[in-house]
Amino acid sequence: MKPAWSVVLFTTLAGAGQGLFLALFAADLLAKPARGFLFVGCAVALALLGAGLLASFFHLGKPLRAWRAVAMWRTSWLSREVIVLPATMVLVLLYSVFTALAMERAALAAGALAVVACILLFVCTGMIYACLKFLQEWASPLTLLNFAALGCASGVLLAAILAAALQPDLAHDYASAALLAGLLAYVARLFSLLRNRTLRPKSTLQSATGIRAGKLRQIAQGAMGGTFNTREFFHGRPEALVRAVRWTFLGLVFPLPAAILVAGAASASALLAAFALQFVGLLAERWYFFAEARHPQNLYYQAIA
Amino acid sequence: MKKQLALVIDLNVCVGCHACATSCKEWNDGGAAGPLSDQNAYGKDPSGTFFNRVQTFEAGEFPATDTVHFPKSCLHCEDPPCVPVCPTGASYKRAEDGIVLVDYDKCIGCKYCAWACPYGARELDESQKVMKKCTLCVDRIYDDKLPEAERKPACVMACPTSARLFGDIHDPESEAARAIRERGGYALMPEWETKPANHYLPRRKTVPPA
Repeated sequence: MKPAWSVVLFTTLAGAGQGLFLALFAADLLAKPARGFLFVGCAVALALLGAGLLASFFHLGKPLRAWRAVAMWRTSWLSREVIVLPATMVLVLLYSVFTALAMERAALAAGALAVVACILLFVCTGMIYACLKFLQEWASPLTLLNFAALGCASGVLLAAILAAALQPDLAHDYASAALLAGLLAYVARLFSLLRNRTLRPKSTLQSATGIRAGKLRQIAQGAMGGTFNTREFFHGRPEALVRAVRWTFLGLVFPLPAAILVAGAASASALLAAFALQFVGLLAERWYFFAEARHPQNLYYQAIA
Repeated sequence: MKKQLALVIDLNVCVGCHACATSCKEWNDGGAAGPLSDQNAYGKDPSGTFFNRVQTFEAGEFPATDTVHFPKSCLHCEDPPCVPVCPTGASYKRAEDGIVLVDYDKCIGCKYCAWACPYGARELDESQKVMKKCTLCVDRIYDDKLPEAERKPACVMACPTSARLFGDIHDPESEAARAIRERGGYALMPEWETKPANHYLPRRKTVPPA
C-alpha cells in the first residue's frame, strides 16, 4: 500500500494523546498529583487528539462531508472511529474541567469513561486495518496490539516530560513506566514483523484470473499512464528504502530512546530527546506498516505494456 | 431466490479489442454516472477513471503460449467486502437486483472501500474526489425508452464477439446462468469468499474436426 501521511500522522498523534491520557489518569488514581499537572497534561492530550483529527481530514476527498461518516457504525470500524474520537475528546475535556474545579467524583466518572473511550479508539483504529482479511499483513490481533502498545509507550514518555516540568516527584516513575511500555510495545512489534515475514500470499495471478497455467505473466494492464490502482496500492519506493525505514524504526522506537533515558538519568533534556527520537521512529513504523502490506489487487497491475 | 444481475465474460472469445472499455467510458461519461474525469488526456502520461479495463496475459511457456485477454470490472459480489466498511452508506448493494453502487452525493472520498476490494475494481475520480465503479449501466438496463434488446450494459452491446453475457445468474434459465453451468464458469479469487456475481468462462481447446 502507499502510505498516506494524513493517516500516518493521525494514528501516531492520536495514539500518543490516548496514551498520555491513560498515563495521567493512572497517576491520578495511584499518586494524586497536583491538579495543575493533570489539567496541563489533558490539554496536551487534547491538542494531540485534535491534531490527529485535523490530519485525518486531509485523507478525505470531500472533507466537508465528513459528518456523514457517523452513519454506518453498525458495520464500519471507520464509522465507529469517527464517533469514538470526538467522544474521547469530550470526555477528556470534561475530566480536565472537573479536575480543575476539584469536583472529584465527577472527575473520576468522566476519567473512567474517557479510559474506556481511549481503549475503544485503539480498537477502532486497529480494526480498520485488521478487519481487511485479504491484507494479510494487517489481518491479525497484533495490529490492534501494536497500535495500542506503541501509542501508550509514546504517551507515557510524554507524561514523563510533563511531570519533569510540573510534577517532578512523578517524573522518575513515569520514565520507568515509559521504558517498560516501550519494551513491551517493541517486543509486540517484533512479533508482528516476524509473523509477516512468514506470510504466504493466499492470492496468486492464477487465482486472480482463473487462468490455469503454471507460467502466467501480464502483458498489458489496460492503461499506459498509470491509474488509481497503480497510484494508491503501490508505495513505489525501492526495496532498499523500505528496509532502511524498517531499521530506522527498529532503532528509534525503543533501543535509542531507552539508551538516552538510562544514560541521561531521566533528566528533562534526556526525556525530550527520547520522545522526539521515538516519535520519528513511530512515524517510520507507521509508514512501514502501510508500505509492507501487499494488496491482492496489485496482482492485476504488474506490467504496463 | 432474489435476482442477481451480473456479467459472464467468455475468455475463449474475447479478442482484446477494448470496445467494451471505450463504450463503457462513452456511456458512463455522461448520464447518471458521469462524468468520468480524465487527467492529462492528451499529454505524456494520460490517466483517467474507467469502470472497465481490458488486460492481457500470456499463459504457458514459449512457444506453447496462449494470449488471454481479460476484461476486468466490478464483480458485483454477493458478499461485497467494500459495502460494510463504507462509513457513510454511500456504497451499497441493491436488494432488488444485487447491483453494487456508489451514491456519489454521500461519498466522502476516504477510499476505504477501494482498500477493502481485493480486485481493485474501484477508482477514485481525481477531479470529483469521489469513488467510482461499474454500475452495470443501471441507467440503461431499466430504461423503457430503449428498445428491449438494447436494455443491456453498454459493454455487452459493444462486444463484437459476444464475449459478454448479461443476466440474472440466480435464474437458472437465464443465458448467463446457463453459460456458467454448462461452460465451466468460475469466480475470481474464490479464496476470499466474496462470491463474485460476475463469472468468467475459461479458454477451451479447439479440436479440429476429424
